[in-house]
Amino acid sequence: MSILIFAEHQNGKPNKTAKELASYAKALAEKTGGEVIALGFGLTSPEDLYAYGVNKVLNVDDQRFTTFNAKAYAEAFKQAAAQNGIKIILTGQTADGMYFTPLLAGMLKAAYVTQVISLPEQNDPFIIKRKAFSNKAIAHVALKTDIKILNIAKNSFGLQENPVEGVTETFKPEVADEVFEEIKSVKVEKATGKVPLSDAEIIVSAGRGLKGPENWGMIEELAEVLGAATACSKPVADMGWRPHSEHVGQTGKQVAPNLYIAIGISGAIQHLAGVNSSKNILVINIDPEAPFFKAADYGVVGDAFEVVPKLIEKLKEFKSAH
Amino acid sequence: MKILLMLSVVPDTTSKINFTDNDTRFDKTGIQFVINPHDEFGLTKAMQIKEKTGAELHVVHVGVQANESVIRKTLAIGADKAFRIDTDPQDSFYTAVQLAEFLKDKDYDLIIAGRESIDYNGGMVPGMVAAMTGMRFINAVIGLELNGTEAMVDREIEGGKETLQTTLPLIIGGQKGLVKEEELRIPNMRGIMMARKKPLEVLSPVDAPVVTEYLKFEKPPAKSAVKLVDKDNLDELIDLLHNEAKVI
Ligand SMILES: Cc1cc2nc3c(=O)[nH]c(=O)nc-3n(C[C@H](O)[C@H](O)[C@H](O)COP(=O)(O)OP(=O)(O)OC[C@H]3O[C@@H](n4cnc5c(N)ncnc54)[C@H](O)[C@@H]3O)c2cc1C
Ligand SMILES: Nc1ncnc2c1ncn2[C@@H]1O[C@H](COP(=O)(O)O)[C@@H](O)[C@H]1O
Repeated sequence: MSILIFAEHQNGKPNKTAKELASYAKALAEKTGGEVIALGFGLTSPEDLYAYGVNKVLNVDDQRFTTFNAKAYAEAFKQAAAQNGIKIILTGQTADGMYFTPLLAGMLKAAYVTQVISLPEQNDPFIIKRKAFSNKAIAHVALKTDIKILNIAKNSFGLQENPVEGVTETFKPEVADEVFEEIKSVKVEKATGKVPLSDAEIIVSAGRGLKGPENWGMIEELAEVLGAATACSKPVADMGWRPHSEHVGQTGKQVAPNLYIAIGISGAIQHLAGVNSSKNILVINIDPEAPFFKAADYGVVGDAFEVVPKLIEKLKEFKSAH
Repeated sequence: MKILLMLSVVPDTTSKINFTDNDTRFDKTGIQFVINPHDEFGLTKAMQIKEKTGAELHVVHVGVQANESVIRKTLAIGADKAFRIDTDPQDSFYTAVQLAEFLKDKDYDLIIAGRESIDYNGGMVPGMVAAMTGMRFINAVIGLELNGTEAMVDREIEGGKETLQTTLPLIIGGQKGLVKEEELRIPNMRGIMMARKKPLEVLSPVDAPVVTEYLKFEKPPAKSAVKLVDKDNLDELIDLLHNEAKVI
């Protein structure tokens, strides 16, 4: 019973999500038997995945797939699954993964579960744990179809190296040109040189306590020192102090970094819903009664305008000593 | 032009979440139900298109009768007609089958859904409906411009956005960004009065398999108490982050 994973990449190299899926799949394959097969579109270093337990990489070498197209990708997965006797398909909690997987589930009439945070407790019935109610609950869900599709929550399983002898084969899905014509990509705008929020190990996030957009210099500097991504609370994005793409929370992005630093954010329930599966939370707030402290691992009660510059200095010292 | 809003009805974002029947079911006691926030952006977008083009706007919801007050709210905001498929859906696949069946004899040009329902956070229904009906689908939509049957659609991607070109008919999974926060509509008195006279048709569900089963719920493990560090002793904080949390 082999497992198929979506191997997303950045400039041809499998990204962190791909490696996390591989780690999960390998651990699952040890229970269910079978191989771990990865499907990628134009990978230049597919062998990077062998280190995480991938036995076989199917690498699509077809220009039409260079730009993501949800229906074409779903079609490719359907064909790869059929040709390799796949019963379990894993995708990641990324923009592309969340886009094409429900199409695939609809095409295969397969049970599909998102926000998955654990390996199955048992294989038959196949029961996994998932987050629900915006991180306020964990649900145990049984998947009852022959083919099962899981979308794994970010950073919930982690990376586990597990080197195997792998092979890479060229894969040629048969997808009609019309599919690519239906929806066409005309422009991509991406912030360059910044750590993307989705893959960040550390996120520095700030709220209305910062008083105005002109005060974000120290937030960006702190992020730079830590190699972190920047984020913000909803009102900050609504007022246009920061771009919408930085808004985290129940109605914004869901994040789960190893460290989430919240500066001048009160910790409203809707904000917490998007960030409280972070592994560690550090809160810096002038108000000792701020609700965020209840959800935090570490806290500093103090004025951000005083604490943050000091913290930057201390971190610079620390970094140069390590 | 005809637009359909697929409406998900969810607990208010401030709700305390509890479970009943031995933690096997969500406890609706004392919960206030609202329009799914992502669908709220979609509803406002639909109203803007309606006002510009004279489009007709319908709403469909798969759910129980108790949710009709929320459906009425969409009519009060300006939708013309609503449908409720009378069942308590057990999973997304089941819901998608109901919606795909509903669409069989309809001819909507634009179907607006949300990126996800904030209760079960599935993010599945619109894509599944697209697969079942063969309609074009774009997810995580943060911008939509129509020019006749041509559509320019912005979707959120990692670290930015992608602009896609397509033609109607189309299903979108919308989210915040689709319209500006301050444009969000709320019902006014006149709308509420008018909504009472607007049609709300109740339809029977079709048989469909339940492919996922929710067996049990639990609360996430409680956080241990926060470790407070004095603002004049940030060395201690760095030590904790380095040696205890091992994150720097
Ligand atoms: C349907 C709905 C959905 C929502 N979704 C989201 C969401 O996805 N994400 C989200 O973030 N919010 C969301 N909200 C909004 C949420 O309820 C809060 O209003 C919001 O999170 C508050 O943002 P904030 O903490 O930046 O601002 P505030 O609540 O104003 O808090 C500012 C904080 O800064 C502190 N502060 C002030 N000065 C300083 C200083 N000098 N130094 C240090 N600290 C200082 C204050 O003590 C306070 O705690 C939603 C609300 C609704 C109704
Ligand atoms: N019961 C329902 N009735 C109608 N539309 C729904 C229903 N559930 C979900 N949807 C639509 O699908 C979107 C995504 O929901 P979900 O897949 O449940 O996260 C919602 O924002 C709605 O637009």
